[in-house]
Amino acid sequence: MKLTEFTTAASDYAAHVDALFILLSVVSGAVVALVAGLITYFLIRYHKGSGAPRGETPERLDREIEIGWTAATSFLFLFLFWWAASRQLSALATPEPALEIHVVAKQWMWRIQHPSGAREIDELHVPVHTNVRLIMTSQDAIHDLYLPALRLKQDVLPDRYTYLSFNATKTGVFHLTCAEFCGTDHSVMAGRLVVVTPEEYSRWNAAVPEGDDLAHQGKALFLSLGCSGCHTPGSTVHAPDLKGVYGSAVQLADGRTVTADEAYLRDCILLPDKNRVAGFPPLMPNFSGAVTPGQVISLVAYVKSLSSQSVDTGQGASP
Amino acid sequence: MSEMTLQYAPTEESVATSYLDEGHTVLSWLLTTDHKRIAILYALSITAFFFIGGVAIGLVRLELISPTGWFMTSDEYNRAFTIHGIIMVWFFLVPSIPATMGNFVLPMMIGAPDVAFPRLNLLSWYLYLIGASFTVYVLLSGGVDTGWTFYPPFSSTYSHSSVVPAAIGVFVVGFSSIATGVNFMATVHLLRAPGMTWFRLPLFAWSMYVVSMVMVLATPVLAMSLLLICAERLFGLPIFDASVGGDPVLFQHLFWFYSHPAVYIMILPAMGVVSEVFACFARRRVFGYAFMVYALLTIGVVGFMVWGHHMFVAGQSPLANLIFSFLSFIVAVPSAIKVFNWTATLYRGQIGFEAPMLYALGFLGLFTIGGLTGLFLASVPIDIAATDSYFVVAHFHTIMVGGTVSAFMAGIHYWWPKVTGRRYHEFAAQLAAIAMFLGFNLTFIPQFIMGWLGMPRRYHFYPDVFQIWHVLSSGGAAMLAVAYLMPLGYLGWSLFNGDRAGDNPWGATGLEWQTPSPPPKRNFLRPPQVTSAPYQYHDIGRAREEVEQAPVEGRGDAR
Repeated sequence: MKLTEFTTAASDYAAHVDALFILLSVVSGAVVALVAGLITYFLIRYHKGSGAPRGETPERLDREIEIGWTAATSFLFLFLFWWAASRQLSALATPEPALEIHVVAKQWMWRIQHPSGAREIDELHVPVHTNVRLIMTSQDAIHDLYLPALRLKQDVLPDRYTYLSFNATKTGVFHLTCAEFCGTDHSVMAGRLVVVTPEEYSRWNAAVPEGDDLAHQGKALFLSLGCSGCHTPGSTVHAPDLKGVYGSAVQLADGRTVTADEAYLRDCILLPDKNRVAGFPPLMPNFSGAVTPGQVISLVAYVKSLSSQSVDTGQGASP
Repeated sequence: MSEMTLQYAPTEESVATSYLDEGHTVLSWLLTTDHKRIAILYALSITAFFFIGGVAIGLVRLELISPTGWFMTSDEYNRAFTIHGIIMVWFFLVPSIPATMGNFVLPMMIGAPDVAFPRLNLLSWYLYLIGASFTVYVLLSGGVDTGWTFYPPFSSTYSHSSVVPAAIGVFVVGFSSIATGVNFMATVHLLRAPGMTWFRLPLFAWSMYVVSMVMVLATPVLAMSLLLICAERLFGLPIFDASVGGDPVLFQHLFWFYSHPAVYIMILPAMGVVSEVFACFARRRVFGYAFMVYALLTIGVVGFMVWGHHMFVAGQSPLANLIFSFLSFIVAVPSAIKVFNWTATLYRGQIGFEAPMLYALGFLGLFTIGGLTGLFLASVPIDIAATDSYFVVAHFHTIMVGGTVSAFMAGIHYWWPKVTGRRYHEFAAQLAAIAMFLGFNLTFIPQFIMGWLGMPRRYHFYPDVFQIWHVLSSGGAAMLAVAYLMPLGYLGWSLFNGDRAGDNPWGATGLEWQTPSPPPKRNFLRPPQVTSAPYQYHDIGRAREEVEQAPVEGRGDAR
């Protein structure tokens, strides 16, 4: 293993973080040098019995010195905060659209599902110069996906989605590991982040023998689990039509309005009582335990595909 | 001799036995309500736990010399670092300075015969013992592997270790903190000697007062969150279970709402101790006394509002991250002010390099490094990269261990003659102080480096590129172990063979020095009166030569 698998700054964001780190190191180094220098000077000059003159400093001067360095420290810290916060805010503004890759963590492995349906374990292939958005969840304890070369880290929580967005600018093999203590083999819950060219990524996707993409897998589940029995216009049971739901604002029975994102759709399948849609009877069964996190990802991908023309591949999927 | 000293010097007609001679039976110790004896009981107990926690981390550092381990299983490794964390945080660092030096010195410092509630004080030690016995049970029953942070759902569902006994141990010992806090607050409010106004309180007394407030307000939240973990683990109460609508992140909020202030519970007393030591060994009043008090209060208050900086990657909203980042930068300002003030205290001093001063200087260096790396971690992008890595491990050890333990040692040496009536071996102590500073840096500077390079914490096996840093760090830990063991030797030796100290061997101001060493049961032979601000060293300075030529022997020596 090479140290560069950790230390290479493999994205523009990572390079910015390094710049901030260097700035802070310089400022801190200066403060340490100042304090250490003053202390050393005082220790030598004013050691017991030395001939240096001693007298009281005027009270008024003391106050001015106090106020002076309080203000100076405050301004310095505010500047550092502003610098760091502006980095953080610009990193948040992720440009759409992004390649969405699902990550399921469990003790003690990473399962990755690509939109093409390709799956891999403890390896994450991503195309370079592409916006990538990881949609992550855990099957058991809290884990944390740590990508040192991207200077990124995000906890992966059970029964909830968390996200990590990046745009790698360097191809290569980098480290990937778990950073939140999760039990016995926490320290070997590691793998590789493989950044490849878009062409290689397509080739790699095609080479993985997992046939259908996520949305198609989801559609098959949608039929086999019986979801389609209710969620079809004209069915005798009154359930919301799912076409166009993803990304829309949904009015809930308790008066709240929420945007239907992945987390919302997931909750609708696993915790149907949490968000009752206004105007519909509470008939949706609870599927927690009946479907795996991977299957939920496929189902959500299918529902999402109903809201975008490009992925909806016909074959009577539209109701 | 100073004006103050003369004023409170024992008169000839009042002869008192020292607190150590008020009964020699075991029972006279176990049933004592004397704050000084309780301090000794606490000191013995936390020292025992310090070394148990030290053995645990010694094994960890030994194991980490090899990237693939060599004598532990992963489960054993996880249990070793967990018990290290639990013991060091709750059974050593939190009670360290308040329960020992706070108990011993605070009442004397403010001119009181005891704390406000002496029996509650004894109860707090028994609570500590009960909590400690749960922890010993955890050790004997095979340990606990959740990390000291007890995060669910791992702790509530997936761990196969003694989570509940460990949580109960911490739960119980929390009440001993609360009892101590309530006691100190009441003591400072009610028992100050005539003339001891708030702004004549020594900074150590102020730090005890502020830390008591933090203990009383924060610890119940810890108790609550650990109780909920027990309820979930034992009875399936789904507070943190996301599969039925609970929220594991809620636990982290509750836990850090206590555990961030807990860092201040550890470091504020340390600030108090070194303020006393710097003033005494620089023969100088503390620079900017009023600002030092305001800084303590500000840290105590703002310290409650920064817990979210432990959760930048936990799934907290970006807005919350931004606010917590801002507040974390703010809380660093008063800490920086304190560093500048201690530095300025040295200006125009008559600086001596006795062991307490060396330890205090070590504190200043380590606290500065720890504080500055705190700024790194307050910056969200840096924290995202560095959190859960050895960078964080090194940062909080530099503050909590480098800072607090240095100050703890400074205080032990500074008040040792008062507590025991004996002088320790100065040169041995100076060596230990220097060894501790060097050993500490050798242990943790490599951890800063490998943490930023990408070495995650709590790893049994690790990528071999980090081995060189782990080996260096383990070498530093060995040096640190020697530096921690040395005082056991020379302080123990001084108990029987040390020179008699006299009442005030350092020529210090402060009421605790204006009474015999060791002090009588009720601390003062005559009720003290206070007529001036603390740290009047400049006035004493002129009379200092006289003091050194004719040290005053205290009544307590005439045992």
